[in-house]
Amino acid sequence: MAGNSDTNKNAVNVREMIAEKKKKKSLSNYTEKFIPTFLLLIASISLLTTVGIIITLFTEAIEFFKRVPVWEFFTGTVLKPMSQNPEFGVLPLINGTLISTFIAMLVAGPIGIMSAIYLSEYASDRVRRVLKPLLEILAGIPTIVYGFFAFTFVTPLIRSIFPEVGATNILSPGLVMGVMIIPMIASLSEDAMSSVPNSMREGAFALGATKLETTFKVVIPAALSGIISSFVLGISRAIGETMIVTIASGSSKNFTFDITQSMQTMTAYIVEVSSGDAPAGSTIYYSLYAVAATLFIFTLLMNILARYLSRKFREEY
Amino acid sequence: MSQKITVKLNDQVVKKTGRQEKKRAVFETNQLNLWYSDTHALKDINLSIKEKEVTAVIGPSGCGKSTYIKTLNRMVELVPGVRTTGEIKYKNRNILDRNFRVEDLRTQVGMVFQKPNPFPKSIYENIAYGPKIHGIKNKKILDEIVEKSLRGAYIWDEVKDRLNENAYGLSGGQQQRLCIARCLAVEPDVILMDEPTSALDPKSTLRIEELVQELREDYSIVIVTHNMQQAARISDKTAFFLNGEVIEFDETDKIFTNPKDSRTEDYISGRFG
Repeated sequence: MAGNSDTNKNAVNVREMIAEKKKKKSLSNYTEKFIPTFLLLIASISLLTTVGIIITLFTEAIEFFKRVPVWEFFTGTVLKPMSQNPEFGVLPLINGTLISTFIAMLVAGPIGIMSAIYLSEYASDRVRRVLKPLLEILAGIPTIVYGFFAFTFVTPLIRSIFPEVGATNILSPGLVMGVMIIPMIASLSEDAMSSVPNSMREGAFALGATKLETTFKVVIPAALSGIISSFVLGISRAIGETMIVTIASGSSKNFTFDITQSMQTMTAYIVEVSSGDAPAGSTIYYSLYAVAATLFIFTLLMNILARYLSRKFREEY
Repeated sequence: MSQKITVKLNDQVVKKTGRQEKKRAVFETNQLNLWYSDTHALKDINLSIKEKEVTAVIGPSGCGKSTYIKTLNRMVELVPGVRTTGEIKYKNRNILDRNFRVEDLRTQVGMVFQKPNPFPKSIYENIAYGPKIHGIKNKKILDEIVEKSLRGAYIWDEVKDRLNENAYGLSGGQQQRLCIARCLAVEPDVILMDEPTSALDPKSTLRIEELVQELREDYSIVIVTHNMQQAARISDKTAFFLNGEVIEFDETDKIFTNPKDSRTEDYISGRFG
């Protein structure tokens, strides 16, 4: 009670307090004006870095193309950078990248989308609350662990069934990369599917549609743009993946479609060359930049494709 | 306009009394109880809904009227933790029986929702969806169904030139008529309408009401409404729900002119709700 009378004595006058504060506002006014500029500067750091990287990439790549004709680089099927008569054909690397990506997506696509369907449409709340975070933890495993797993577990397993498969081959890292990408596709597709409003499902149920019909003919079409984005992101991830293929696919620069053989991807080539001692200024040194620029263009195209597709398949609701 | 409807209503009343003996019940609800987890939402409901009639369900918010019509096509089961006892006989079969396929029930008992919910597809695909999932694939037949259903919902003239455009380009009222057309496309027996006009402007509301008048010739309609004038204008029978119970169920005329229960009178005269 004593406290009560106390407050009464020092009756708080809010209006006066605000007026008092307002006088001191000049400093905060200044901050308010300064903040947007400050934030713009911060935001431009990432932009400027990107621009810087692109400039370096392409100026050095141009240096490379002064020594090796563009045509030869993009159509050559032989890559022998260390040989006496070096040849710089990028096709073996592109081939290795595409094949490993294809194998990975063959695994990650169907499994990812089916997991997403289960999580979004069939799993109870409790199951979803447990499974989804688990899935996302799986996405956080360092890729070197996956690479080791491919090399020391999956490859021997494949070889025990098909002895003709090489100790390093593109199949095993492709499969493991697929497993690595599953959580990404499952999680993003699940997000897309669970953001389809329930009223759509109700509309379909009310017409006598079963759960499966509703899922495949209403929910998936409505979520298609998100699902496609998740696929394209998965592909980008596979193209850019480095450690798994470096460890488990070896460094043979084979130009072949035989998935039991060792192949090298663009990323693995960059690892190999930059961790070896390529003297700065040599053709092999500049070839790094040419391959990196090619890789950059690949992922850029994938991102553009992703935007285009997701816009094209967007169903407005 | 309101005069015209009144005249129409009187016509219906005359016709209705003439035909009354022939009418069979589509839904026979006996001692229906429903719980959402621990909440007792419907208490000992006994209602008999006759075919080719418009039955209005009125009552204040939270009285269980939406729950009741959602039980009629078992959409209420989409809410987790729902339990029911009692029975609802649809053409002499208990639809609450576990062996009753909900898909069969919902094919025959269509539903129109409070907020228009067309699929994010073309107008054509919205209508063709129902027939397609039930196995009708012939393009010519589908074309016919689409036109017939859109005509049935009085929206054909407005959309016939843009059947391939996304349904979300339509106005709210048009979307709701599209949803009614979508429901008609599978030729149900019964159409359940859960406050179909509450999200619409007065003009669209009027069009839906007129549509309901037309549809009663071929369909049995159960409509939940907050709007008592609407119930009075378009229904043959009215059920008044309060706190999960049916307080009164009778001819609409009697409910609105001479209710037996004082609570009904209080509600329709606007004393609460």
